[in-house]
Amino acid sequence: MGRYVIRRLLQMIPVFFGTTLLIFLMVNVMGDPIAGLCGDRQCDPATAAQLRSEFGLDKPVWQQYLTYMGNVFTGDFGTAFNGQKVTELMATAFPITIRLTIVAIVFEIVIGISLGVVTGLRRGRPVDTTVLILTLVVISIPTFVTGLLLQLLLGVEWGIIKPSVSSEAPFNELLVPGLVLASVSLAYVTRLTRTSIAENARADYVRTAVAKGLPRRRVVIRHLLRNSLIPVVTFIGTDVGALMGGAIVTERIFNIHGVGFQLYQGILRQNSQTVVGFVTILVLVFLAANLLVDLLYAVLDPRIRYA
Amino acid sequence: MLLEVRDLHVEFHTRDGVAKAVNGVNYSVAEGETLAVLGESGSGKSVTAQAVMGILDMPPGKISGGEILFKDRDLLKMKKDERRKIRGQEMAMIFQDALSSLNPVLSVGEQLGEMFVVHRGMSHKDAKLKAVELMDRVRIPAAKERVGNFPHQFSGGMRQRIMIAMAMALEPSLIIADEPTTALDVTVQAQVMDLLAELQRELNMGLILITHDLGVVADVADKIAVMYAGRIVESAPVHEIYRAPAHPYTKGLLRSIPRLDQKGRELYAIKGLPPNLLHIPPGCAFNPRCPMAQEICRGEVPPLFEVAEHRESACYFWKETLDAR
Repeated sequence: MGRYVIRRLLQMIPVFFGTTLLIFLMVNVMGDPIAGLCGDRQCDPATAAQLRSEFGLDKPVWQQYLTYMGNVFTGDFGTAFNGQKVTELMATAFPITIRLTIVAIVFEIVIGISLGVVTGLRRGRPVDTTVLILTLVVISIPTFVTGLLLQLLLGVEWGIIKPSVSSEAPFNELLVPGLVLASVSLAYVTRLTRTSIAENARADYVRTAVAKGLPRRRVVIRHLLRNSLIPVVTFIGTDVGALMGGAIVTERIFNIHGVGFQLYQGILRQNSQTVVGFVTILVLVFLAANLLVDLLYAVLDPRIRYA
Repeated sequence: MLLEVRDLHVEFHTRDGVAKAVNGVNYSVAEGETLAVLGESGSGKSVTAQAVMGILDMPPGKISGGEILFKDRDLLKMKKDERRKIRGQEMAMIFQDALSSLNPVLSVGEQLGEMFVVHRGMSHKDAKLKAVELMDRVRIPAAKERVGNFPHQFSGGMRQRIMIAMAMALEPSLIIADEPTTALDVTVQAQVMDLLAELQRELNMGLILITHDLGVVADVADKIAVMYAGRIVESAPVHEIYRAPAHPYTKGLLRSIPRLDQKGRELYAIKGLPPNLLHIPPGCAFNPRCPMAQEICRGEVPPLFEVAEHRESACYFWKETLDAR
């Protein structure tokens, strides 16, 4: 197990450099970062040239990358468009997005798995069909539509929630945005759990559990669910990374100043430091989440052993 | 009588129609007695056992008639929860494939101990001790060290011992073993069968042994019921049936056992295939494959004729069959 973890951590190194380099190159072709600094006006050529040499933008791309990575390893992610340190932006943005992700994941686990179990055990019955159709609808509608619709109905028309989340973004204000963020994944979790439960419900060991005279609750939770959750855990684990980086749309709609919001601003202002910095961290989150899923596999299924 | 199955009917409602899996089965098991139920796949032997155990998949399965008397109480009239409490405590089942029948993600200790936690309200710590005790009893070496292991870490024979231990856990009065040795190596088969027979004697349990292995039957069974297309076609004390079968189907089964003194000769097989349960032939279900079939066999379903004391055969020509050996 220990050796496996070390090997996986070592494998992360090339992945980390590969992804950051790709992002760096992509941001580089995005446009002139100096032009963004001057706002809507045309920059004074002399000032622009001075800024370029100050930020090292006149050097070749590979040199810029090396300098940047060197700085990253000393904890310096550069400066954002408004003169703030990117690390400072991260310090305010990440806690908010983490809270949002937690809300979304909790929704996925609680609602998704419960619905999956209920429908999986009643395959072909009205409940099952209804939930299946609902999940299909949720999957087919883009997040910005559900987001805007809920904001309009719950926030503006009925006044149940605040349409816009305050800058502190406490948990209670993140409930609806979290649900919106989770919606598509939630539908997938439901379907995945349903299929897995329905498949395992016919397994021999479930029949054994019934023959042992165990109460139905125990048969379902202890014997059936435990085995059925293995694929679901994989999905939710990888989804952690996707939710954290993919909250751009949801954060825009509800004005949440999290990672997605800062990324959006960074792209809009052509500030490569912000974009590359945030994405680098997201890459790390993704890698960590994947490793965690693989380790969790071994916990859930003792037949899987890592050497 | 410990268990009495009376005129049991089980159907499966499928998309293609109603499959009549069990059509009026009668059998009984007394304490300490071993009944072997013999038959090909699809003869209804497992379905009958599942109905007794109460683990039939319903739907598609449906018990459409009959009684299952266990200690003089009709199981089919009991409430769900009452029935559940009988399972595991008073009757238990051993399945064919121990690898798939044991939960892959729970340790064998947890699976064994669970019986005591659920039915006896024991603490997990005490239940674990009981699990070790049980594993010792079915002679699993180093039980104490292996109680935390998972099913896949055991050999096939050891896994089947764990299945047996689980069935024995609460010392039930009836055990149903559904082809307990079919998935095992021949060398291990005898050991597992001996263990089962030994524990049965010790606890004076009734045992229903479902099998298609005639070799296993001869050693351990007291009486035999041969099933074909959901009916019992012959029932008899074990030695008499080997000496002189009273039904052409039983005769065919016995003839199809490979024998050393027939080396080099073609193996005997009953011609044809078991009937489709959606369309069981009228009259005696065996008539299309039977060498003795006459007009009468295609008309009425033959009743069980009393051949001798404790011996019945559902063949119009049981006398001729007996004599023609």
